[in-house]
Amino acid sequence: MSSNKKYWKSVEELNDSSVVETLQQKEFAEEIPVEDFLGDKASLESSSTSRRDFLKYVGFSTAAATLAACEGPVVKSIPYVVQPERIVPGIANYYASTIADGFDFASVLVKTREGRPIKIENNDMSTFKGGVNARVHASVLSLYDTKRVKRPMIEGRNVSWEEFDREVAGKLDSAEGEIVLLTQTFASPSTTKLIQEFSSKYGNARHIVYDSISEDAALNAFQSKYGRRALPNYDFSKAEMIVGVGADFLGDWQGGGFDAGYAKTRIPKNGKMSRHIQFEANMTLSGANADKRFPATPSQQLAILKALAGYSSGGSSTSELDSKIDDAVVKAARQLRQAGSKGVLVCGLPDEEAQKMALEVNERIGSQVIDTTNARMIRQGDSSAVAQLIEDMNNGSVGALLIAGLNPVHTVPNSKEFVEGMRKVGTVIDFAVRTDETSKLCKYVAAAPHFLESWGDVQFSENTFSIMQPTIKPLFDTRQIQDSLLKWADNNTSYYEYIKETWGAGFGGKDWNHAVQDGVFEGTSPVSATSASNSGSSSKIAMELEGEGYELTLYSSTAIGDGQQANNPWLQEMPDPITRASWDNYIMMSKADAEDLDVMNENVANGGLNGSHVDVKVGDHIVKNIPVIIQPGQAKGSVGLALGYGRKAGVQAEMQTGVNAYPLYQDFKSVQKVKIEKAAGVHEFACVQLHNTLMGRGDIIKETSLEVFNTKDVHIWNKVPEVSMDHQEIAVTSPEVDIWESFDRTTGPHFNLSIDLNACTGCGACVIACHAENNVPVVGKTEVRRSRDMHWLRIDRYYSSEESFTEDREKKEDISGLGSSLSEFGELEEAADNPQVIFQPVMCQHCNHAPCETVCPVAATSHGRQGQNQMIYNRCVGTRYCANNCPYKVRRFNWFSYVQNEEFDYHMNNDLGRMVLNPDVTVRSRGVMEKCSMCIQITQKTILDAKREGRAIKDGEFHTACSAACDKGAMVFGDVNLEGAKIIEKKNDDRMYHLLESVGTKPNVMYQTKVRNTTEA
Amino acid sequence: MKKVILRQSTSRQQLLSVAFLFSFTFLCFSQDTPQQDSTSQAMENQAAAADASTASTAQVGAGDATAGKELFNTLCASCHKPYSNSVGPALNGITERHDNDWIYKWIHNSAELIASGDAEAKAVYAEWNQTAMPAFPQLSESDIDNILAYVEQPKPQAPTAVAGSGIGEGSGAGGGVSMNIILGILIFVLVLLLLVLFLVNKTLRNFASASGIVIPEKPKRKPLYKSFVENQFLVLTSSIFVLLAVGYFAYGWTMQVGVDKGYQPIQPIHYSHRIHAGDNEIECKYCHSSARTSKTSGIPSLNVCMNCHKAIAEVAPETATEDYSKEFYDKEIAKLYNATGWDPASRTYSGEEKPVKWVRIHNLPDFAYFNHSQHVSVAGIQCQECHGPIEEMEVVYQNAPLTMGWCINCHRETNIRIEGNEYYEKIHEELSKKYGVEELTAAQMGGLECGKCHY
Repeated sequence: MSSNKKYWKSVEELNDSSVVETLQQKEFAEEIPVEDFLGDKASLESSSTSRRDFLKYVGFSTAAATLAACEGPVVKSIPYVVQPERIVPGIANYYASTIADGFDFASVLVKTREGRPIKIENNDMSTFKGGVNARVHASVLSLYDTKRVKRPMIEGRNVSWEEFDREVAGKLDSAEGEIVLLTQTFASPSTTKLIQEFSSKYGNARHIVYDSISEDAALNAFQSKYGRRALPNYDFSKAEMIVGVGADFLGDWQGGGFDAGYAKTRIPKNGKMSRHIQFEANMTLSGANADKRFPATPSQQLAILKALAGYSSGGSSTSELDSKIDDAVVKAARQLRQAGSKGVLVCGLPDEEAQKMALEVNERIGSQVIDTTNARMIRQGDSSAVAQLIEDMNNGSVGALLIAGLNPVHTVPNSKEFVEGMRKVGTVIDFAVRTDETSKLCKYVAAAPHFLESWGDVQFSENTFSIMQPTIKPLFDTRQIQDSLLKWADNNTSYYEYIKETWGAGFGGKDWNHAVQDGVFEGTSPVSATSASNSGSSSKIAMELEGEGYELTLYSSTAIGDGQQANNPWLQEMPDPITRASWDNYIMMSKADAEDLDVMNENVANGGLNGSHVDVKVGDHIVKNIPVIIQPGQAKGSVGLALGYGRKAGVQAEMQTGVNAYPLYQDFKSVQKVKIEKAAGVHEFACVQLHNTLMGRGDIIKETSLEVFNTKDVHIWNKVPEVSMDHQEIAVTSPEVDIWESFDRTTGPHFNLSIDLNACTGCGACVIACHAENNVPVVGKTEVRRSRDMHWLRIDRYYSSEESFTEDREKKEDISGLGSSLSEFGELEEAADNPQVIFQPVMCQHCNHAPCETVCPVAATSHGRQGQNQMIYNRCVGTRYCANNCPYKVRRFNWFSYVQNEEFDYHMNNDLGRMVLNPDVTVRSRGVMEKCSMCIQITQKTILDAKREGRAIKDGEFHTACSAACDKGAMVFGDVNLEGAKIIEKKNDDRMYHLLESVGTKPNVMYQTKVRNTTEA
Repeated sequence: MKKVILRQSTSRQQLLSVAFLFSFTFLCFSQDTPQQDSTSQAMENQAAAADASTASTAQVGAGDATAGKELFNTLCASCHKPYSNSVGPALNGITERHDNDWIYKWIHNSAELIASGDAEAKAVYAEWNQTAMPAFPQLSESDIDNILAYVEQPKPQAPTAVAGSGIGEGSGAGGGVSMNIILGILIFVLVLLLLVLFLVNKTLRNFASASGIVIPEKPKRKPLYKSFVENQFLVLTSSIFVLLAVGYFAYGWTMQVGVDKGYQPIQPIHYSHRIHAGDNEIECKYCHSSARTSKTSGIPSLNVCMNCHKAIAEVAPETATEDYSKEFYDKEIAKLYNATGWDPASRTYSGEEKPVKWVRIHNLPDFAYFNHSQHVSVAGIQCQECHGPIEEMEVVYQNAPLTMGWCINCHRETNIRIEGNEYYEKIHEELSKKYGVEELTAAQMGGLECGKCHY
């Protein structure tokens, strides 16, 4: 050695510490017990595998591997014996159908390949925009759920339908006491008629409709005001001023599906867009999208609502609200009044009076947004009747209980009472699609089919109807409840015939075939609904919110909803749009409250998020060990918790996530006064985005106000980054600074995708659509925690630490010197008490100057003339250079084989679940990189179809899975070389910018600057 | 499953070619009388059969069987067969079952005859599931006589098939015997030669020792291998050569892994493309209809087979070849009936279906996207370009290597068919300007981009 330089790894080493010395001498800090093992003769001899055996195995496996490599496997092809006329192998068929599982209602288009449904899409013909949300998109996977009830069972014994019918008929005939049908909201005219028939046959039958997550207050309010048990319909596309009080109308509020209309008014047109003010406790999608959001606990919300009602009627009633909120309320009321018929007030409080107040305000201002004539029928539940039923069951006055589409043992707040009552009922029959808590306790389980295997008619609203059509032959020996009831009512027609009979003459001017083909029609119901009488007990929350403690708001999460599809891995792995946590539910708490309770959130070394546990108590009901996430924007004194989690029965071990919040859902009210105590232990979250705030990085999110947008020059609010060339500032997009040789991009199609940050509500439908289309694997909670999630499309959520992102940016610009940067960057990192929120869907940006392409040593990723950055899996050797060089971090690496691997026991590990795979997209293997392909299989199909038909392609034909799933119009996809295409308009829009434009990657994905309407009255 | 022929097994190829040469030589010798004998015998047989048939024709009437055959094939064959039941009854022996006048009436207008209350006609109508036979008023009585003459020919006892197989056996046996004999003689001569040489050598040595001549001892030379080992240059060059050779062959061997050109598995039903696409000239896309519209060409479902095979329960005697007899083919059709649950006797489906598990021949890996309709419908490529002379294949084999190089090569060489395709109009105009050519290849259209086939 020529140099005497001393190399060191730690300070201790320099100081000649003896510990370091010993560590240096030994490679392994702890001795590897080789000697222990080999020296112990007894254990070696007792081991069943001898050295010779071992060598034999090695020899055999090597020989087998060699042989297997030489001989290709024999592949069998088995054609149909009689091929159905409409099925051509390799060509997808689309059928219109309807989901109506009691929680989600939507008219859908089902893509089937070789007779297997593989994807759910929007039915554009539907006039009722009942959201095809993430859960509806994922419902196709629930069809292939291994935990489904496969055949009728009596006491857990498999029986034939004949035997089942015989036994049940006998039991029903000899039932002592009344027969009660406890069902989900079917909203089906034919089923209503059928249940009437069934009831009349048995005389003593009662039908109770129960929604797991109740809309009782709104239903009661509507009923007392308009005389029908229904929900008002809202068309937010007509709104100019929206005031929300605790109503997450972009989520599942009153059946959901309002987001598409809402998004239409959010895109500034002719300098105008709607304004949205939200008062809420939890940070919801609605609050996140609002122009102005005020955190307010439910009791404050009640006061706000009262004040709003007062102000809007012109009165100047003094409220007890604090001056800041009162000021906001006054302004909101004024704007609402100014908007007049274009304004709307929506309320989500589970209080009949509050709901009535909201209806009255809307009536007073003559709102055109609310529609009370064509009312929604998709929530019919009557929770007081359910409470009465539990009482009756325990009295022993119920002879037989038929449960359909529900899991009351899990969802009823006082589950114990319900279970005890069930024991006293002579006969309990559960029409179960999946094994769940209820079906496990029922003597009779009538296997029911998934909606993709059933017939049905659904009444969304008073004049919009939809037909449910099976798209696959029932996978198991199932029979839908309607067919069973028909049989037991001694009616020998099938339900299919029964629907046709019910409708008789026509389906709103269409014949049966057309109604089935379109899936939707408008008309009037042939069956007069027996309006269940409002059984009194007007629901009030004001009283309950008095006293000490926190105010809890229970909500349904975007992914899991009411918990029906808890065994769906796509939904479990979908990150929550707000918290970005997957595989969990949690208490959301404000930072101040967390400090009071001494609970914490911390990021640990491996990149995971950890949180403390708390116990939550409502009255005598306690739910223990709920993890806490500190949620910026959560109203102080309030907490939030998602329902639907904590399912155990009939749910695979990996998916038994979260805690059951239904015991806190006392009196079926989503708002509760709770006591919270810190509990021991730390919970590990699988949270995919740890950067909470944007830190003023303006080239990721561009945001401006409507005023600036209308009055100022584009360079002020959407500045193209500049670089220095010959000491002159020059726009980074100008060709002079380009050091790349460009492809010729003028010939043939060139695809661009535009994402409008104004229209994106963060609903996550695109995430699941992408999963379904591209065979994206599910990796499980521990892998997500290690940031190895495989989502090709993620929706980033950014907070600002100031009141707005602009203020954030100004603060960042003003930072000067080390001192202020240290302190102020630290402040920027903290999300504020009431931050602004922005959602940004990010997928591969398909850069024309892609950094990933240049670093691949094997040219496995290359550029196509059509603008797509192509990823060739069979060429990839897994160096991961590309992922490291990607500025957008959109590339995903297959750390494992996720198919047919016991370690990842999700749908790709069983024959049933694999039926959902898209045969046009390769299933990736271990060790290769993957990423968004801009759905090249779809664009290629469009091109190939046009070639075959010998025609030019029209605008609107090209689409991707995400752009097709986005019913808000936030994602527009198209060919920029096609004259008159909508995408060209988007590309030339002033709001257009590229993500990290300063890097000079020239992406084919563009974003439209977020504009907030900050106009104050 | 048959073994895949390896591309690089040179030794086997040499062996085969030597064997081929030899067998060819022997065959030349063996082309002698027995075969000619058997052929002439077969011809005689046929002639005899023909004579017999003409004799029987004379008995039926003055019909001309040859003219009758033509009429029968155009008008009757879709529902009737001479010797077995089809949609209608077998016609052989009809003149014994019914008298000629009745037959004339029936053929001219069967419905009228039934309506007239004719008991015989009613019985026939009832027996055949009340299937109405169309009226043929255009047929004259002599035409009908001709047809009758044709159908009343006695069933030939498959003379060609018998003769054919006879030929096969005869020639095979003849070749074998002569070859063995010649081989035996050759070996005998060789052994004899060796013996003679040995004896001559021995005798000469005896002479030498007798006459006292000492045969000079050759000086011991250094063994060849030793001098080879000592010559380092030679060792170096030869080891380099050996290494290169091994490398060359190893490379060749590895490159054929997974390339299954010539793969010809034995299928569950011996389906002959030679008969269907070759002899009968059935359009490929009649059965493989999805090749026009879908990415897969589609193995036809069995109901497509039954479109024709409902009526065709056996092959014509002429279909049989040296290798496959008529009985063999008939048995294969029976397999189809078994799979579809078709009972040819009662002409009904039993409903018991047994799907056929074909062995897939063209196994493109999952990561390669290939769309038949784009090549067949858009490009107008003939099936044979990739699949080879399908119409000559008794059992289909993989004709193309299906390697990426093979695909790419074709994309480089093939011009796209733009005539009358509106899709290409704009692109063609722009691209032909750019490349300065009138005709564009698939490659110039972007057909070499990775993502076009791999996603």
